[in-house]
Amino acid sequence: MGRISPKVTERLAKITLWGAAIFTIGALIFVIGFVLAGGLKHITWAFLTEPILDMGRAGGILPAIVGTILMVFVAVGIAAPLGIASSIYLAEYTREGKMTQAIRFGINCLAGVPSIIFGLFGFILFVVMLGFGWSILSGGLSLAAMILPTIIRTSEEALRAVPASYRDVAASLGATRWQVVTKSVLPYALPGILTGVILGIGRSIEETAVVIFTAGSAVQMPTSLFDSARTMAVHFYILAREGISNDMAYATAAVLICTILVINISAYTMMHRLMKGRRA
Amino acid sequence: MNKISIKDLSVSFAGKTALKSLSLDVFEHEILSVIGPANSGKSTLLLCLNRMIDRIYGARVKGKILLDNQNIQAIEDVEELRRRVGVVFAVPIPLPMTIRENILFGPKLKGRLKKSSADELVEASLKAAFLWDEVKDRLESSAVRLSGGQQQRLCIARTIALNPEVIMFDEPCSGLDPISTAKVEEALKELKKNYTMIFVTNNTKQAARIGDRTAFLLTGELIEIDKTETIFTVPSNKKTEDYVTGRFG
Repeated sequence: MGRISPKVTERLAKITLWGAAIFTIGALIFVIGFVLAGGLKHITWAFLTEPILDMGRAGGILPAIVGTILMVFVAVGIAAPLGIASSIYLAEYTREGKMTQAIRFGINCLAGVPSIIFGLFGFILFVVMLGFGWSILSGGLSLAAMILPTIIRTSEEALRAVPASYRDVAASLGATRWQVVTKSVLPYALPGILTGVILGIGRSIEETAVVIFTAGSAVQMPTSLFDSARTMAVHFYILAREGISNDMAYATAAVLICTILVINISAYTMMHRLMKGRRA
Repeated sequence: MNKISIKDLSVSFAGKTALKSLSLDVFEHEILSVIGPANSGKSTLLLCLNRMIDRIYGARVKGKILLDNQNIQAIEDVEELRRRVGVVFAVPIPLPMTIRENILFGPKLKGRLKKSSADELVEASLKAAFLWDEVKDRLESSAVRLSGGQQQRLCIARTIALNPEVIMFDEPCSGLDPISTAKVEEALKELKKNYTMIFVTNNTKQAARIGDRTAFLLTGELIEIDKTETIFTVPSNKKTEDYVTGRFG
């Protein structure tokens, strides 16, 4: 029987895995490079600081930047505390049972729901029923509902990854349940939890469907949370889809990508600093 | 004087019996060795004494445990009970923080400490666990970097820092080399002056070296408890004799 020798298999495995990694990174670099190449040359100080003029053909994107920041702020400000609290409840304050299984099943279903459904939900609940209208508040709340399952899931996994022995030690030293969570579990789950929050920020920034449904797409500078506003993603979508200005669309996309990069890099730097004294 | 009186203690986990109507007393300032093969209920016994067993779902406890004549089931502040009855686990589990933070973890749960009293506490606890000389210059470095034997003595120091009345050891040397074991044992013998200790071990020779008295448990039942010398020379029960002479277990 001519079996392939382990050495050949090893080499094949190495080549395949390397290939997969290079392909993935290559695709990522290509996409980012493509957008940056098309957009960076149009980015000027004026582009970042001027109002949107002539539906986006001229002027800058300051209102979209402000709209994005406010909406993400509302979304994460609501979803992060709520999601982390829920995950602490699921991982630390209750036992596995029919109830938790049902909750977890629900969360997983929600995580798989297309964002446009959240858009519709937000439109009906926040915009119409609660009367918030097309506004940053409605948009932020709808985005919060959309990213909540992701935050709960990643936080719960992070909490469960903390060794049970840390909890035993803390409890044996006289820690109450809450102290066990805050002193000996949360500090070590923080990087994982933060990853979930960053994923949530990313999804909120890039989302279009939900925002169009719930926050509208006003080009004016928002002055309160009850104003309609567009995010950079929506602005980009409208510019490109309606053929208003390809250059402006690319420039917006470039700013969007840079924003996500900056958020990711600063979040991971912060995390690294936080964890420095805690690891061996 | 009885520090702890256990009366008719039975424990089951999800219907499976772990301890069968066990009764024994622990005297003040003694080291009681508890020996027995795996699944004999030694660790379960320890779990009951500081009510860590409350944290295990499906565990049922019957019977009475008196600490200084007070029923521990009736103690409302279970955290206070756990500070009075400290435990050192089989595997050293330093929390991933500095040596100093490890020692102060327990005391700080009750509230802030003044720097001077914190310093004193760290030094006293580490000295009591015979670790001070080895770590005094690197209190701010990570506890995880210590060797296994040092980590276990750190865990002992961490328990001492709570100023407990009783310290329970759950096979504290199972993962240590003979030299580290000797150091831990040395620390234990010194601690006897101030604390009542219960020492669970798989290692009968260690039990013989350390314990004033020794209890032998088998499949959840107390077979015999007596002076350590008696248990290891003229035990009254055949099963005890077989176990300590290495005929089974």
